[in-house]
Amino acid sequence: MTENLNHWSFVTASYALTIAGTAALTLHSWLAMRRAEARRERSREQ
Amino acid sequence: MHGFANPARFLKLARLLTVPLLASGVLLVAASLGWGLFGAPPERLQGDSVRILFVHVPAAWLGMGGWTAIAIASLTELVWRHPLAGIAARAIALPGAFFSLLCLLTGSLWGRPAWGTWWVWDGRLTSMLVLFFLYCAYIALADAATRDGQAGSRIPSIFGLVGAVNIPIIHFSVLWWNSLHQPPSISMGKSEMAPEFLWGLLASTLGFSLIFGAVVLMRMRAILADQQAEARLRRRAMEGGDD
Repeated sequence: MTENLNHWSFVTASYALTIAGTAALTLHSWLAMRRAEARRERSREQ
Repeated sequence: MHGFANPARFLKLARLLTVPLLASGVLLVAASLGWGLFGAPPERLQGDSVRILFVHVPAAWLGMGGWTAIAIASLTELVWRHPLAGIAARAIALPGAFFSLLCLLTGSLWGRPAWGTWWVWDGRLTSMLVLFFLYCAYIALADAATRDGQAGSRIPSIFGLVGAVNIPIIHFSVLWWNSLHQPPSISMGKSEMAPEFLWGLLASTLGFSLIFGAVVLMRMRAILADQQAEARLRRRAMEGGDD
């Protein structure tokens, strides 16, 4: 039995997962860094 | 190596490198994924599903490369007590876990049209799943050590070192055991891959590696800033207590 699968739906899902996941990881790391550095500056000023 | 043991010197370099690494990585990834989607031809046997190669292989490389870097950093921390090594290992853990999970998910999405199944319990897939669990355990151990005020604890480092035994198992699994997964197409100095796939794959792997490097620098900067703020507040509290 052979299945006639549309490969593009698997390709699109893979690329979407990769792009969204990498963007979320980068944004999360960037915000965590900015928050931590702002906290350090506040502790310096206090 | 010990030249960068000074956090101030490291921070200066990290601030200089973070944005250029991220920007060049994003550009390379955008170009190579554009090629993967619209430029590369369908493969003779696998058809269009071969385009998943451009995201699956970099994810596998970074999942395995991430743990190798954790093992090297752990060894450096245990043997030379390098103050930044433990911070580097902790900073690598989350992006490493993410790319291992991404490798499993994109592999599954590739397996369905190529093999006719989402998952098989063979050596390569199972050892990659074990790597993801190792990352989760490392993150839990490192977080627990930090929460208990034992950021310098040796337990995560020992775990990082011992877990490295899984890396050669993942690499050689397709040679040691029967597997649906294909053997390596690229080895030292030679490739069995057609140039229209090879160059796009190398560009995509380099691009994701640059993004990975930028993310690790961001996370190291965050950990260092947290530690410095914490130390300052503690010092101030002790000074206040003395008055």
